[in-house]
Amino acid sequence: MSVGLGHCLLLAAMLFAIGLYGALAKRNIIAILMGIELMLNAVNINFVAFNRFTPVSDLTGQLMTVFAITVGVAEVAIGVALAYRIYNDRLTINVDELDNMKG
Amino acid sequence: MNFEAISTEIFILVLSLFAIVMDLVLPKNESRKSIGGVLVFALTGWVLYMFSMYVPEAAVADGSATARYFMDMMYIVDNYSLFFKQLFMVATVFTLLFSMDYMQTVLRYKGEFYALLMTALLGMCVLASANDFLTAFIGLELMTISFYILVGARISSVNSSEAAVKYLVVGSVSTAIMLYGISLVYGSTGTVQFYEMFRNQHLFTAAGLAGATMIMIGFFFKLSVIPFHMWAPDVYQGAPTPITAMLAMGSKAAGIAVLMRVLYVAFPLIGFYWLPILAVLSAVCMIGGNVMAIRQNDVKRMLAYSSIAQAGYMMVGMVSADYPGMKAVMFYGMLYVFANVGAFTALSVVEQQRGGSDYKSLAGLAKSAPVLAAVMTISLLSMAGIPPTAGFAGKLYLFTAVVNQGYLWLAFVGFIMSMISVYYYLQVAKAMYLNEGDGKELHISGAVRAAAVLSVIATILFGVWPEKLAELTNLAAYTFLQ
Repeated sequence: MSVGLGHCLLLAAMLFAIGLYGALAKRNIIAILMGIELMLNAVNINFVAFNRFTPVSDLTGQLMTVFAITVGVAEVAIGVALAYRIYNDRLTINVDELDNMKG
Repeated sequence: MNFEAISTEIFILVLSLFAIVMDLVLPKNESRKSIGGVLVFALTGWVLYMFSMYVPEAAVADGSATARYFMDMMYIVDNYSLFFKQLFMVATVFTLLFSMDYMQTVLRYKGEFYALLMTALLGMCVLASANDFLTAFIGLELMTISFYILVGARISSVNSSEAAVKYLVVGSVSTAIMLYGISLVYGSTGTVQFYEMFRNQHLFTAAGLAGATMIMIGFFFKLSVIPFHMWAPDVYQGAPTPITAMLAMGSKAAGIAVLMRVLYVAFPLIGFYWLPILAVLSAVCMIGGNVMAIRQNDVKRMLAYSSIAQAGYMMVGMVSADYPGMKAVMFYGMLYVFANVGAFTALSVVEQQRGGSDYKSLAGLAKSAPVLAAVMTISLLSMAGIPPTAGFAGKLYLFTAVVNQGYLWLAFVGFIMSMISVYYYLQVAKAMYLNEGDGKELHISGAVRAAAVLSVIATILFGVWPEKLAELTNLAAYTFLQ
């Protein structure tokens, strides 16, 4: 059995769904960041698969992947730094505790 | 490579590096306000210089010159993007003016604030000029990642880090959704460039339409359109006040700039199906934003909901999808900057010196700082659209444009909601003028006074004499549609 576009897209869709579930359902900031990372990786698989299997002339898809990886890393770096600050402030990184502001 | 086309972006990047280097060079206990002062003058000069970059209307009409490009077609510098860049830079200049004192007392890391504000501005400028989804994505992320840090910049405040985490999580999820949409659109059309996408038939496949929808949802998150708005009130309340102002003025206008380009250039045919949905969403924004703003205790939070409503007003202009509509959106975006500057200048002084931003902290401001109280009142009335302020002229343009396109009910909703908004804007005036405060004099520096007075002059000037600004927006909208 050879791997085609459909397999890649299915894998990406599953990863995206798992990541979205993780980002929405998890209560730990680090786990939420992991969910977001999964979603971004699903996007990368999509881009590379489309670039490989559809008749396009250039490498735009792979170029997008490089930028998406970079941006994802920047986001996670800030996310971890903020998680550290939250821990400093409240001694927990459970997002349910982040309810100072209401209205 | 036409480097002249991106001279504005190069200039802003140099300013950002300048702020970093100066922060390292200056002695540790010296005030960082000087960096802000240099940035104010440099940006003001560049905004004035940018008037010479506009392509004149005659050249557009005979087709001899429309726009300049950088890197093939990835980056477009036309009158439309120039106008929005000027808007962002004006917003940044005003923010710098009234935030220098605030930052000096409230923040622990002051130099970084200036550098990050410049990178956020750079991201906005890239967004306004983006001509494909790659550039739009990079601009959007450059802007939002800078804002994640700036929102969390008040290390002493628990609310600040909470707001930053909320912003980061919601922002990253919306980025991922938008990227997934871009990948689907890329897969079905084979391109990410706006012009080529417009010509491509394959966009009308299931994957292409799903991708376009996800891209729209991503933008709605960034614009905090109801029902994707839940992050906005918390982030606006927790962020340092000048950053709240930048989020309301710059970030929102940048999102609208790129959304208009995506809607009208990349997906004009899908846009045909999108316009009714956009109309409903803008009505929901106007109603929801104004109704929820009534029951807030914190003025920053109230302004967050009011900015959701303002985004609704601007989307009214986008719904009309024609030349007067675009012009009205740009006009409204510009005067919204001036109105916001007035309101947030007063609010940041109050927050810095009285330690809070709720209605109680504003009590008696008319006695302790009469200029700021007057400026805030006029600015809020401009947001509500009371003549002779600029807000009235802006709303007039918006609603005329949309009524001409047959959406009478939308203009009707807008009118009623503008009237309702007067109620909670006047609540602020009531707190400032009628309630008794502690009567202590507030310390107001020259820069803050300059920002407040200039913004209110602009608000009234564009209210009674909108011709010049209207001409500029006319020119920008005209080139865009050529």
